[in-house]
Amino acid sequence: MMVSYYKRALQDLLDHRYLNAVTIITIALSILIASAFVLFFVNANEIIGSWKEGIRMMVYLKPSVPETVLSELKQQFQDMQTVQSSKFIPKEDALANLRSQMRRQTSVFENLRENPLPDAFEIRLIPSYQNVEKIESFAKKIESNPAVAEVEYGQRWLGQFSNVINLFRLAGYALVGLFCLAALFIVANTSRLILYSRQDEIEVMRLVGATDGFIKAPFYIQGLIQGALGGIVGLIALFIVYSLISSNVGQGFADGILRIRFFSPQLSIGIVFSSMLVGWIGCFLSLKQFLKS
Amino acid sequence: MTEPREKDAIIRIFRVHKRYPGKHALVDITLDISRNDILFINGPSGAGKTTLLKLLYLGEPVSDGQILVDGMNLSRIPKKRIPFLRRKFGIIFQDYKLIPTKSVFENIALVLEASGKKRRLIRKKVKSVLRTVGMEERIDSFPPSLSGGEQQRVAVARAVIGDPKIIIADEPTGNLDVESAGIILDLLTAFHSRGTTLLIATHDKDLVRKTGGRVIHLKEGRLIMDVTNPLRTEAVNPTKN
Repeated sequence: MMVSYYKRALQDLLDHRYLNAVTIITIALSILIASAFVLFFVNANEIIGSWKEGIRMMVYLKPSVPETVLSELKQQFQDMQTVQSSKFIPKEDALANLRSQMRRQTSVFENLRENPLPDAFEIRLIPSYQNVEKIESFAKKIESNPAVAEVEYGQRWLGQFSNVINLFRLAGYALVGLFCLAALFIVANTSRLILYSRQDEIEVMRLVGATDGFIKAPFYIQGLIQGALGGIVGLIALFIVYSLISSNVGQGFADGILRIRFFSPQLSIGIVFSSMLVGWIGCFLSLKQFLKS
Repeated sequence: MTEPREKDAIIRIFRVHKRYPGKHALVDITLDISRNDILFINGPSGAGKTTLLKLLYLGEPVSDGQILVDGMNLSRIPKKRIPFLRRKFGIIFQDYKLIPTKSVFENIALVLEASGKKRRLIRKKVKSVLRTVGMEERIDSFPPSLSGGEQQRVAVARAVIGDPKIIIADEPTGNLDVESAGIILDLLTAFHSRGTTLLIATHDKDLVRKTGGRVIHLKEGRLIMDVTNPLRTEAVNPTKN
């Protein structure tokens, strides 16, 4: 029975070559655009993630903070579960560090009457506490301490970048949804056109005692094949675009700072399966409506 | 109705009405059809012959009344079971209703495929039935390349391949010349002699005269005559006042 279904499905695909090619191309384009968004987010997330790793925060203190307050602060940081490690850097050490880093510009330090640098704490946060919003609120909490002059962390701009990414993500979800809907609509309409062109045949099938399952099965197989082919073609097109972009990016940036990568095999298979699902649902919708009438 | 006919009825039609918007297609039809009967449904165009046949295989639902086919009450049959009801029938149409894009073999095989038969058996049976209707040579031909008579022979082959209990033929010779019509009629009576109940809707009185058997006559949707022997007319529609 299954052989007969597949035979009929393949025969139909060949009989309606043009219609099916249009459907497959539409699915492929939808998958290409939707997957491009997904690929962008996957890479953007990874890049942000890698930049966030080992986030370091400098807590600069006001001048002449008493020793007792210093030990209190030290204890306070140690007690915080979000803090992986904290290190007190006295202003003398900071100046010594600066001097050693700027050995060639020793003249800069010659006229210094007093140490202009403040005492500071260097804090490293635990990896799970690297959400931009959480970091910001943590920084504000520390800044509210009267002994603290300023809190600085290099990744402050990450917040703004994340906001842009989130905006893109929302637009992306909407676009992915729209393209899936468009693909669904096209598949449903192609199936409906094929169904109408085979109306007489379906009537004969019903008269000779064919069940709805027998009539529907080849259409579902066609939908799955269309979805699979559309998904594969879309991914291949995306891979070509990716290869062109990644080779240009690779030339333009220093080693691996902005390394973008393609989908994992599992995710690629998942995308093809999603595409097959779109094909199946498209068929389901048109068959449901057609056979009811 | 006579007692033996009721007992051995494969089809029982009781006070059936069929209404379309603004039109009564069938009015209060009561009829028993025995197993292995030949029944001609006679009457002018628009008398309700085709409608009556359609009601039997649920091509249309009845508006009122009851129909039993081989023990199945059609008004209670779930939608899912309709294909199984239809497998009791072999249906022949005036316009053949062959699928033009499928070969003769595929057209006939469809019946067995739909009922889930094995491919090897299908091939064997299709060849055998095509031999019976004299169309073995045209097994790979497509319907548009066949004459009307040949197409109707293929349609007969399709109707009988599933070994149906009842063959329904709606104007089977309506589009055929005399010679082709004779061949189709011979084939139908041959299958009837193997034990199949045969219902033929026709307005061709010659066809009825040549074959003999039971004849009912419809006029404007009413059953006005039921004759089992041209010399004897039975009581018509006894439930009707």
